Amino acid sequence: MSKENVLKVENITMQFGGVVAVDNVSLEVDKGEIMSLIGPNGAGKTTAFNVITGVYAPSNGAVYFKGEKIIQNHPQGKMKKLYQGENPVMYEGQQVLAPTPDKITKLGIARTFQNIRLFKSQTVFENILIAKHMRRTSNIFTATFRLNAKEEAQMRAESEELLKIMDLEDVRNELATSLPYGKQRHLEIARALATKPELLLLDEPAAGMNPQETLELTQFIGRIRDEFGLTIFMIEHHMDLVMEISDRIHVLDFGKTIAEGVPEEIRNNQRVIEAYLGGVQDE
Amino acid sequence: MSTKTKAAWNVGLIAALLGLLFILEQVMPSGSMLFTVLKKGAIYALVAVSMNLLNGFTGLFSLGQAGFMLLGAYTYAILTIPTESRASVYQYFDGGIVQFALPVPVALIAGGIVAAIFAYLIGLPVLRLKSDYLAIATLGFAEIIRAVFQWDKLGPITNGSNLLRNFPSFKSVLYPFIVSGICIALIVMLINSTYGRAFKAIRDDEIAAEAMGINLAHHKRLAFVISSFFAGVSGGLLAMYQTTIQASMFKSAMTYEILLIVVIGGIGSVTGSCISSFLFIACSEWWLRFLDNENLYIGGFHVPFLRPGFRKVVFAVVIMAMVLFYRQGIMGTKEFSIEAFSGFFKKKFGKKKVEEGGGSHE
Amino acid sequence: MDWITKNLPYLMAGISVGGQYALIAIGYTMVYGILRLINFAHGDIFMVAGLVVVYAATVMPIYIAIPLMIIVTVFLGFMVERVAYKPLRSAPRMSIMISAIGVSYLLQNLALYVTGGLSQQYPAIPWISDTVTVMGATTKRVTLITPILTIVLVVGLVMLIKHTKIGMAMRAASRDFETSQLMGIKINNVVSMTFIIGTFLAAIGSLLFFTNYTGVTPTVGAMPGLKAFVAAVFGGIGSIPGAVIGAFIIGICENIIKGLGWTTFSDAFTFALLIVILIAKPTGLFGEKSTDKV
Repeated sequence: MSKENVLKVENITMQFGGVVAVDNVSLEVDKGEIMSLIGPNGAGKTTAFNVITGVYAPSNGAVYFKGEKIIQNHPQGKMKKLYQGENPVMYEGQQVLAPTPDKITKLGIARTFQNIRLFKSQTVFENILIAKHMRRTSNIFTATFRLNAKEEAQMRAESEELLKIMDLEDVRNELATSLPYGKQRHLEIARALATKPELLLLDEPAAGMNPQETLELTQFIGRIRDEFGLTIFMIEHHMDLVMEISDRIHVLDFGKTIAEGVPEEIRNNQRVIEAYLGGVQDE
Repeated sequence: MSTKTKAAWNVGLIAALLGLLFILEQVMPSGSMLFTVLKKGAIYALVAVSMNLLNGFTGLFSLGQAGFMLLGAYTYAILTIPTESRASVYQYFDGGIVQFALPVPVALIAGGIVAAIFAYLIGLPVLRLKSDYLAIATLGFAEIIRAVFQWDKLGPITNGSNLLRNFPSFKSVLYPFIVSGICIALIVMLINSTYGRAFKAIRDDEIAAEAMGINLAHHKRLAFVISSFFAGVSGGLLAMYQTTIQASMFKSAMTYEILLIVVIGGIGSVTGSCISSFLFIACSEWWLRFLDNENLYIGGFHVPFLRPGFRKVVFAVVIMAMVLFYRQGIMGTKEFSIEAFSGFFKKKFGKKKVEEGGGSHE
Repeated sequence: MDWITKNLPYLMAGISVGGQYALIAIGYTMVYGILRLINFAHGDIFMVAGLVVVYAATVMPIYIAIPLMIIVTVFLGFMVERVAYKPLRSAPRMSIMISAIGVSYLLQNLALYVTGGLSQQYPAIPWISDTVTVMGATTKRVTLITPILTIVLVVGLVMLIKHTKIGMAMRAASRDFETSQLMGIKINNVVSMTFIIGTFLAAIGSLLFFTNYTGVTPTVGAMPGLKAFVAAVFGGIGSIPGAVIGAFIIGICENIIKGLGWTTFSDAFTFALLIVILIAKPTGLFGEKSTDKV
């Protein structure tokens, strides 16, 4: 492997009760690349994201970030009996790592959500400012008594700057939920960037957008990758966007990897075509 | 309006308020209902704001307030009863085992700290629970605390189910105003800090807040402990106001009343909670008193239905109507400010009201 | 044998109280199952049922007073839902819970006004209030009737839910409120029916409860109400058999604790149990697990 990988997912299986949502998926995302995760509805894409960001602890497998193991689990307790995935004993006896999502974000992995999750009662500016809370050095007393004025000023300055870069300055004092849909998606990405991530996970950033907006988004994603030196891993259904922007594509169907490669390979991959056309009809 | 003039206005307003109270106290008979309302209102304002910090700003639906007030009240009373009165107060328990008395401010803070410590311990298991389960678990804890404090075996400390009395109380209405005022100011400063923003983020969307790097467990616990601290202090003040306390006072009905104050004022508005606590106390203790008078005649007409208890029925109906038809409460999530107030009258400051959290640091 | 005669009264009281809690708990568990609402007013409706009998019995024979009480209580439960909960169907869950607390506050204050705050003597009901002796222990006949009646009613209810159309609608609504609406279920009827059944059982429960504890005060419903709710959570909220089993366990434990001379803690025990369950197994004994979708 010549390139340095930022994210490495290793034998991840996620099983809910008797349902295996993600089945023994392994993948790597290299530094600076844009990787897309595609697949028919219910293929386990968002579940995979939720495992990487710590929302769910996987039933089995491990996740590495910049070469360091951040998540690891093996079937335990009830799951031990129920487990239907592969490699049931591979990680047994090894340390269980199940950090909460905030710890993952602190490491430098930020995400957006499929169904927009902005802070409804707050303004655009405040939505971004909240992301700065994570890197605070103040404690509750110094913050209450304003002994952190310098840090507070810096948080605000950084947020202002991000607003400028993201073209959200004019709606700075609007309530987040009063923005048009496309802008809300924009803001969600801005908010994720405010945590200063190295890896950005986008969950269907173009969902609900018209072709014009999708085109703009395509350029936008490329731009932030270069400007912020990001690695981007994204779930998307708009194939134009995916084919245009992705360096590599990973395809899931029924929780299993069915293909991986550059857009040209995926376009012509027989199994991928079958997955989309046959079996479960998509959209 | 710049921050400085705003601050000057606020300071001026507070000074004027305290001055007014001082003058009122000189000129009005001390038995006036007005003072009862002001004293009790100030104390309830503090506990309502503390509850609002949890329910309104952090989105944690907790119903343990009465329990934490009990802890504060008992700690205050136990630590301040003069040593010479202990033999008579603890007559069934040989004068009790606490044989010292602390100064009042120290005991009030101690009351807050004891409540906060309990909140920390209780919070470890229950804060993981979701909305209504959290409510019922905290309500349960308040009941457990009440039972424990009435337990005979703890009598040497708590005096069992007997009254605690003879501890120092306050005469002037300024006292609860100043203590509550300082505490509420602290809560407001907290809400406007980066931690307050994190609390609001948790309220709006837990999952997104967590994805923004906010440690849910840590921040929920902080909000819970701080809220309980101030509930404890207000419990101490309530003890001072009542001059005697007993564990059986702190029933869940008390928590419900505080919750209703918060709802009427507007969930998520500090000034709303303050305004509504005075209104609530004034209505329940004073303005609706005439409804309890059986022999009320208006122009020779004997008003029917009036007898003791009717006041509370009317009051409950009004509250129910508020809950159903006026769900935003008095203030919604907005805050009362000079700016908004003057803008309301002059319409000169026609610009959009910016919510406290955003504007306060500039 | 000596041990039995000594402890039997507590055990019997426990089973009896458990049956009464069970009848209240079903109201909680059914309402929660469908509306996801802790109906804080349920315990107070139970108290009102007690008061109705107290006042009705002074002007009419008891065999008319009891059916009247059941009708009044059921009507009250129906009205509370229509007036206080239905308008808030789409509001945040906290609002509707606050509304429930408001109703509770209103009912308690109404009762305070009507009774003048004095404890009202519940009339003795012929036959079920009579004293009987079981294995050397003296008790009222109601103690023996309660568990049997409870089980009969619960079996009847389970049949209703399993085999009738309205029961099917209830099951559908508790599984998915929105979808069941889309499937053409008249959701308001289902909710009303749920409240009617819940308050009917609470009315029967109050009859049994007050025959044993004769004083009716405005706040008398609060504690049994909360305990019944705990029972519902313990059994797994939404599950009727769960609520019944939970109620019997709580009733028995509570009376054993009283028997041991720890009366102060009999209430506290219930809540301690609640907290332990919520932490160890939040879904209760028979509850189903649900995962939040991200």
